[in-house]
Amino acid sequence: MGSDPPGRTGELSAELGRTITVMEVCGTHTVSIHRSGLDRLLPPEVRLLSGPGCPVCVTPTDYIDRAMAMAFRHGVRLYTFGDLLKVPGSRESLADARARGAEVDVVASPEDALRLASSRGGPSAFLAVGFETTAPTIAAALLQARDQGVDLAALCAMKLIPPAMEAVLEAPGTRVDAFLCPGHVAVITGLEPFRRISKEYGVPCVVGGFEPPEIVRALERILQMLLDEEPGAESAYPAAAAGGNPAARRMMDRALVPCDTEWRGLGIIPESGLCLADELAEMDAARRWPVEVPPAEDDPACLCGEVLTGSAEPPDCPLFGERCTPRSPVGPCMVSSEGSCAAWFKYGGRGLD
Amino acid sequence: MTSELVESLFLPRLGTEQLRAGEDSGMAGDRALSIDSFTVTPQDFPGGDIGWLAVCGTVNDLAMVGARPAGLAAAFVLEEGLAGDDLARWADSMGHACREAGTELVAADTKVVERGAADRAFVTTAGVGVIPKGVRISAALAAPGDTVLVSGPVGDHGATILSLREGLGLDADLKSDAAPLVEPVAALLRACEVHTLRDPTRGGLAQTLNEVAAASRCRIELDEAAIPVRPGVRAVCDLVGIDPLEMACEGRFLAVLPKGHQRRAMEVLASQPLCRSAAVIGRVGEGPGDVVLRTRAGARRLLAMPLGEHLPRIC
Repeated sequence: MGSDPPGRTGELSAELGRTITVMEVCGTHTVSIHRSGLDRLLPPEVRLLSGPGCPVCVTPTDYIDRAMAMAFRHGVRLYTFGDLLKVPGSRESLADARARGAEVDVVASPEDALRLASSRGGPSAFLAVGFETTAPTIAAALLQARDQGVDLAALCAMKLIPPAMEAVLEAPGTRVDAFLCPGHVAVITGLEPFRRISKEYGVPCVVGGFEPPEIVRALERILQMLLDEEPGAESAYPAAAAGGNPAARRMMDRALVPCDTEWRGLGIIPESGLCLADELAEMDAARRWPVEVPPAEDDPACLCGEVLTGSAEPPDCPLFGERCTPRSPVGPCMVSSEGSCAAWFKYGGRGLD
Repeated sequence: MTSELVESLFLPRLGTEQLRAGEDSGMAGDRALSIDSFTVTPQDFPGGDIGWLAVCGTVNDLAMVGARPAGLAAAFVLEEGLAGDDLARWADSMGHACREAGTELVAADTKVVERGAADRAFVTTAGVGVIPKGVRISAALAAPGDTVLVSGPVGDHGATILSLREGLGLDADLKSDAAPLVEPVAALLRACEVHTLRDPTRGGLAQTLNEVAAASRCRIELDEAAIPVRPGVRAVCDLVGIDPLEMACEGRFLAVLPKGHQRRAMEVLASQPLCRSAAVIGRVGEGPGDVVLRTRAGARRLLAMPLGEHLPRIC
């Protein structure tokens, strides 16, 4: 289900007669838009802006510092998703730490971490980073680890997307007329959280698939809602049913509880993170291996925080493409392949000469 | 990154005109000469193994300057404790690949190193080849008006190795495309004029075509929808976030042909078992030495040189 780009966005936008900004909050959308060049096919009055949708990018620097301190001071073996490996900490990345002898293993899933931890033994921690999409699999792996007596802890920095969307809407200096909501997240959460936001802030929230025609279909729905002055929440992505995936949510509820957490660029957002439930408290790496790390000092010129909230675009950053490239990234938005800066750099966001 | 090492360390010290040209094979007198080391892990994979790959890689590098292999040399660096059965299987594969490529090993060397000094086996092969009279193939010859074609679906080898390494679970139709390209290239050269041949190994089509564009100072215009990619390869690429156009092939080639030779070339390739899915994927135009992709969605953007993410050892 979808429309070949640019679909009816041109006529709908002309009828609307004003420029609108649609924020996507999913790294997969960001990549698909830049990779396909979709942003160049849309009418100039439909501006696409990337929000805090890349899990690695929104993870604060001191999380990396903390993980490394655990590895070096307490001899904890770390299991991590690959895209966290090259994110610069205050002094070095996990990849640098590994080269200096820290035990850091890249895994494709929490289940892999469980399997490796079970066969190897010894204290280990999974670097639990991700959104609603990843959280159920992390919850499942941790519950299994507990039941099987595997020594696998979790250093928690899991995050929830809807509170971040609200934080963006509340942030001074950002103007978002509508959200292109993340299909993967909605598959788990269903439409309810997006309905709440749409109602409270009066902005259309439409869940979109990841192929360009599916994104166009969602944008058409957004434009139609704005034209009708009836902002609502709906799914233009057949895989995301209104009710989401209750079984996955139950799995999360068994192992995880909402907590306040820090987002790069957005600060601490209440109830926007997921921490371990009381019955799994002994698997909390932060509690088990307490480490003090000095407050992280990010490069003052790096605009990752502004890019994540949509108040700056990657080329606005003085480091972009100069001191900061995918080969030697300064900020996380350039590290993750799903980061806005990496997508702009790789797919030539500035367009052809 | 090896390309940075080559640029900053080797070329200033050892760079000859031929090395700087960066073709897949160099010329020693009137013979083509090529050498390549293979460190792939895992050493066994669907569609081949390190022995098969070591022969294919070198005969293909010769084929990319239009040469037929006249003989190969091989050097083995083996980790102490390697099972004899494994080595026997890889040696059989090498023999099989040599026969397919119409050549043989004429020199070899074996070293055993202590455990940990190698990852089971590293294999280096070198090949000498003969270029038929009148044939001249070079990336620098690509010219505005030329047609770009690819001999089959891209990315199979890279996607196969990556999904094995990352434990993604293999799609049933996913296997390495590693194969000797000697026959199809010879048939193509007999039938029509060819300006450039390249096998899109490391860095895939994106890297190879950027190299051709840079060497010829042209702009290559590609049509994404025309580039064959198997669904299984696309699925792996989506999962790991890598563009299929950056995935390595070990049994495909890109050919740049002057105007008027496209139809004949496609007819010849259609009769070659390895090239049944060959496709015209783009044109060469005037430009600053870059590659422009018309995406499936219909937008035009630069197809950049791959950024050299830390990919596993694939060849």
